This record gives sequence, C-alpha cells and structure tokens, in this order.
Amino acid sequence: MRSKLSLRLVALCYLAVVLVGPVVMVFYRAFESGVGDFWRAISDGQAAHALWLTVLIALIAVPLNTIFGVALSLAIVRRKFPGKGLVNAFVDLPLALSPVVVGLALLLLYGRQGWLGPWFLDHGVQVVYALPAMVLATIFVSLPFVVREVVPVLREIGDEQEQAASTLGANGWQTFRRITLPAIRWGVAYGVVLTAARSLGEFGAVNVVSGRIQGKTETATLYIDAAYLDFNQKGAYAVSVVLALISVVILVAMSIFKPKEETA
Amino acid sequence: MLLPLAALVWRSTDRGGHNFWFAISNPQSIAALKLTLIVSAIVVLLNAVFGTIVAWVLVRDDFRGKSIVNALIDLPFALPTIVAGLTLLALYGPKSPVGIDIAFSRYGIAGALLFVTLPFVVRTVQPVLYELDTDMEEAAASLGASPPLIFRRVILPVLIPAILSGVAMSFARAIGEIGSVILISGNLPFKTQVSSVYITGLIESANTPGAAAVSVLLLAISFVTLLGIGGIRRYVTRHDA
Amino acid sequence: MSITVRNVGKRFGSFVALDNINLEVETGSLTALLGPSGSGKSTLLRCIAGLETPDEGEILISGEDVTESAPQKRGVGFVFQHYAAFKHMTVAKNIAFGLEVRKRPQEEIDKRVEELLELVQLQGLAKRFPAQLSGGQRQRMGLARALAVDPEVLLLDEPFGALDARVRKELRAWLRRLHDGTHTTTVIVTHDQEEAMEVADQIVLMNKGRIEQIGGPRDLYEHPATEFVMTFVGEANRVGGNYVRPHDISLSLLPVDGSEEAMVERLVHLGFEVRVELVRHDGNALWVQMTRDEADQLELEPRQIVNVVARHSRTFG
Repeated sequence: MRSKLSLRLVALCYLAVVLVGPVVMVFYRAFESGVGDFWRAISDGQAAHALWLTVLIALIAVPLNTIFGVALSLAIVRRKFPGKGLVNAFVDLPLALSPVVVGLALLLLYGRQGWLGPWFLDHGVQVVYALPAMVLATIFVSLPFVVREVVPVLREIGDEQEQAASTLGANGWQTFRRITLPAIRWGVAYGVVLTAARSLGEFGAVNVVSGRIQGKTETATLYIDAAYLDFNQKGAYAVSVVLALISVVILVAMSIFKPKEETA
Repeated sequence: MLLPLAALVWRSTDRGGHNFWFAISNPQSIAALKLTLIVSAIVVLLNAVFGTIVAWVLVRDDFRGKSIVNALIDLPFALPTIVAGLTLLALYGPKSPVGIDIAFSRYGIAGALLFVTLPFVVRTVQPVLYELDTDMEEAAASLGASPPLIFRRVILPVLIPAILSGVAMSFARAIGEIGSVILISGNLPFKTQVSSVYITGLIESANTPGAAAVSVLLLAISFVTLLGIGGIRRYVTRHDA
Repeated sequence: MSITVRNVGKRFGSFVALDNINLEVETGSLTALLGPSGSGKSTLLRCIAGLETPDEGEILISGEDVTESAPQKRGVGFVFQHYAAFKHMTVAKNIAFGLEVRKRPQEEIDKRVEELLELVQLQGLAKRFPAQLSGGQRQRMGLARALAVDPEVLLLDEPFGALDARVRKELRAWLRRLHDGTHTTTVIVTHDQEEAMEVADQIVLMNKGRIEQIGGPRDLYEHPATEFVMTFVGEANRVGGNYVRPHDISLSLLPVDGSEEAMVERLVHLGFEVRVELVRHDGNALWVQMTRDEADQLELEPRQIVNVVARHSRTFG
C-alpha cells in the first residue's frame, strides 16, 4: 500500500512540475496587471489579426483534412489497390517529421525557384509567403490525425453491416451516409479535435512558409514568438492565454470523444 | 505530400554532393545535430520511466480527481508548442517565482521536450496495462514472487513493446521540435542551438541548399524512426489473427 | 424465384473455395448448404447474394443472369451469422432500413414494420437498440430486416451458429414454420447436420469446394453417395473397408451366423439411448447404439465378451 502511495506521489509531482505549474504561471502573468490590460493586449490590431488568421487557417485546413482523412481511411481499410502498403506507411510521416522540414519542402516546391512556384505566379497566385502555403503547411502537418483515429474504428466495426445494407438495397452513398458514417462518428470527431489542436498550434512549418509579415501572414503562434522577442511580454502572454483557453476546450472535447477503452 | 519532399531531396543536392556534405559537416551543423540527438535521447529515457509510472498510476491506482489528471495528460497535444515554450519560460525562466532559471540552457531544451513528448509513452502504455489482467500478477504472487520480481519478470516484458513504441514516437517528435524550444533555448550556436532552429536560421539567411541538406538528414532520421515504430507495431500484433 | 448456379468457381489466392459448382434451387423450396468449415458453403451463398463475385461460371435468379449484378440489385434477403445489426439504429429502424432506402411512403413503412415485429415476436422491443437484445432476439430482428423488402430469395449464413443450443432449436423450428407460411425460396448454410435435416427439403452436402451429394435428408442418410457423406451425415463405424451405422449392428450373447466376438469396454447411458463401446479382436474400436431396454435385456457388463453382426454395411469404391 505504501509503495502505491509513493508511486502516486511521484507521478503527480512529475506532472505538476512538467505540466501544470508552467501553465498556471502563464495565466498568472497574463492577468497579473488586471483583466483590462489583458483585453487591451489581445485587441491590439496586430494580435487580433494574428488570432483571426490562425482561426481562418484552421477553418480551411480542418474540413479538408476531415474529408480527405475519412476517404483515405476507407481506401486503406476497405479497398485493395497497388501501393497500399506504401500509402499506409506514408500517412504517419508528418508525425515523425520536423515541421521545419515540412515548411522547407513546401518552400522549395512552391517558391519562386521551385517546381510549381513559377506556374502559380504566372497565373497570378502567390503561394509562398501567403495564405495558400500556410494552409498547405497546416494540412500537411495535421494530415494523419483523422486517419489514425478512423482506421482502427473501421477495422473494429468490420464490413458486415455495410454488406447487410447492400443486400437490403442501399447504394454506396446510402450505405456510407446511413451505416458507415454513424458508426465512425466518434472516431472522426476525435480526429477532428486533434487536427484542430494541431492546426491552431502549428509553428515550425508556418514559420518557414509565411515569411512572417506582421499584420499579414503572422499567425497567433508567430505573434507570440515575435512579441516575446520584442519585449512585449504582456502581448505574448495574453495571446498565449487565448490559445491555452482554446486548448482547454479542445481537451474537454478530447476526453468526451476519446474511444472508451483508452480512458481507464 | 511526396512532391514537396522530392523537391527537398532534389534541392539538397543540386549543387553537387560536395556541397551537401559541406552543409551537413560544418561544425555548427554537427554541434546542433549532436545536441538535438543527445537531449532527445535523454528526454526519451526520462519519458520511458516517468511515462510508465504515470500510466501505471492512472490504470491501477484510484484517487479523487483521477479523471482530470487523465485528461491533463493530453494537454501537450492540445496546447500550441510555442505556448508550451512560453509557459516553461514563465515558471523556469529569468523571472522565475520558484528561483529556477533554466532559460537559454540545455536544461531548458530538455524541459521543453519533456513537456511536448509527455503524452506519448503514457498513451501507448496505458491501454496495454488496462488490458493486462491482474490474474497474471496474482498467479506470480501465489507462486511466491515478490512485487519487484513480479514487475520485472511479468509486467515489464508485456509493456516493453508499448514503451518502445512510445519512446520511438517521442524521439521522432523531439528531434523535429521547434515551437517549444525556440524561445527557451536562446539559440546560441554550439551551445543551445538544435537542428530544427538551425535550419530555420539557414532559411532566414537565404541559405536554402544548406537548409535542404540538413533537412534531408533529419528526414532520414525520421524515416528510420518511423520504420522502427512500424517494426515494433508488427512485433506487438504478431499474436493477433 | 428459382436459383441456378452453373459451373461456378472461386479462388482466394491459391485456395480453391469453389470448384465447378452446379446447383438448382427450386422456387419455394428450403435448401441447406451443409459441410465442414472451409467446404465453400458460405462462399457459395455469398456468391448468390453478390457479396462475392465468382471467378468463373454464372448465377441466375428467376432465370435472369445476375452474375455481374451488385447485391442491391438482386432482390435477395441476407441473414448474417453475427447478425450485422445496425448498432446505432433501433430495432424498428433496422427493420425499416431496406424500405427507407427504397423511399417508400412512411405510412407503408410503419405498417410493414408493425407486421414484421409481430411475425418475429419482437412487439414491444421496437424502440430498443441491438445491444439491449439477446442473441436470439437480434437474429430474429435480422430475419425481419431481410424479410421487410419481400426478397425473392432468402439467404441465411449460419444464422443460428452463434446462439446457445436451446435457442437454436427454437429458432430452427420457428424458421421452418415461417417458411411453410411464406414459401419464400430459402437457402440456409449450416455445419450442423441435425439442423440441415430438421429444416431443409433439400440438402447440398459440400466438401473442399465441391458438391458431394444433393438430396433429401433421408436420401443422404440412407443412400450416401460417397465415404464422406456416410461419415458426415449421421454416425458410422469403419469395419475393414466397410462402413456400418451404429444402430445397424446387433449384439447377442450366443454366436449367430456371420457374427464375430468383441469385448465390451464401456457402457454410456444417455437416457433413452445406450452406447456400447467395444474392442474387436484386431484391437480396433467399434460402437453400437441401442435402446435402454435392449441393453438391459442383454445385462451387459464391461469386459464381457459378446457376438456382433452388422445388418447393413456399405463399401465405397
């Protein structure tokens, strides 16, 4: 019994030192000189624009990744196609890859001297140092989350219900909408939450492809970095708190959508 | 997805293998890579130990507020990494209220990496522990094994694949991490500059081929880690039909 | 509404699941596909339903070639071994599914669901979810769901395989009564010979992807075409190159014409039936089935020497 208690103590102290303490401190710093100061800091034009841009990118990237992720999961689990093993292996790549490397790779492809950059420029589309590259970078780094959550659920439910629906006269779309989608909805929701978290918090890749033009391509995370280095700590802490509050909402959503067997 | 990576590899060698080699073998690049790998390795080891303990406590122990603690584990996944870096600076930085200042040091980097990789081992070990019936431990105890012996001979062998898989994911994450590290490290060349920040610096100073070369190296390490994870996963599921 | 299977073959990799299958299922009949696991019976059923596509040959339903048709175009009802219940829908919604995807008017759907709930005796459970039902109830829901769209043929894949023995027996009898009422052409897959003999008019016995014999329950038992049929349908003793049913052996205390000696090893009392396990001179085992009264009359004891004679024995070339 004593060893159980001491283990509990070790675990909780570790979490307090590494996790909880620092987070509490940021809140303290942000509200140190009152709510008014906090509000002024985040409603400052540059900070407000950065927060809006972050939300905008997430609003584009998350739905795209959700649709693509569900389609890819269905392909991986239910279909046979050449190169499937390869696709399966590559899906996880963004998780193992430094976001900086992702950013650079996009820069080299869509930049002025890249393979596709000049073509886009000729057609009047500025990709790098603009919104399109930032969205692409965000999509790239948050690509695996929906797939990783949906694939195991699809495996688990098997294809018998789908077969039953087809013998009862449902076509492919009806089967997907009425049988498959309801069965995987929690997995999709959890994947979406993870995708959203990653999109909102992305720094390394967006840092590289955005060019960090203040008031134009500066996201909330980039703003925090710049503000801190500019000795505008109040601004940095205030925007951090906004992102942290969003994280708390995400965290709550995660504990709701998390597959049951993982929540011990 | 593959096209950008292909462009990256192609660009890294477009001034010849000599330049590629030069870019990755210059002392600053090597120092950054060495630091990245060593700190990541230490962090990952700490994670393996503490992550397993946390997972064990969350599965086997019972106390008030356990579900909140359990939800908190995911905080590093939910919190933007730059915010994570800032939070660590707030508590363990120059104006630390607890008198610990690890900013601009290797300890700072380690702290940041510990924060962002904390969930991996916990979340891979937890389900395995959860599935593990207490029968096995009870059987071992009835055969006269002491608790430490039971842990070493009965529990640990079952957990090892999960721990390894969590370790590999943490490692991949740690070597590529930038957001949480960029503020706390101070980015001092040869001292606290990690590879990802080094690459960012090269890009900002318009040395793209150099950045591409170091990136390809990181990419290669990521690949190997990923293959490792795949291997572990296959090993773990070898008993499944 | 008859089913015709012509020269159908199907492989999975190097495994031959179906090898040149030819079969005729008459309109209104109840046919059982019987065989051990891996005999190809489920694959054949799934080919008829369109859930698998044969590599060669053709399948006709009501004279129409459906070999290439999608399952939803074939007008079949399919019942799965593990129910394949739509877990997120209530019992009523499960049953209504086929009608809803056909966009039938709501009134008609409600009325039909009502009828079917009554038919499968699930009235009052309409609002439950599958997880709240027992296995037997879930399978009755599966049947109702398949019957809702008035399928031309009803296909059942080991429908009672996951249920316990008592529920199985009940549902078997109920299925037979249901068929007698509706006369929907029905094909049922089973590995249980008793189940096949009890419900089916026609049994198709399969082994290793081939059909061993097609016939009525009595035909298969009394006139087995092959060694496999003899041993799979009913019990059999192998005596030299001959096969004999355990109830076709007489025991007597005194030698009779053509009898040979054997030693009683063990007596197993199963209520009305008694199994006598014997060892012959050459060391081979043999068992005999008799009624309790017959056994009592002989006053059999273990280690006793008796005389055995086979009444009907069969040899297969």
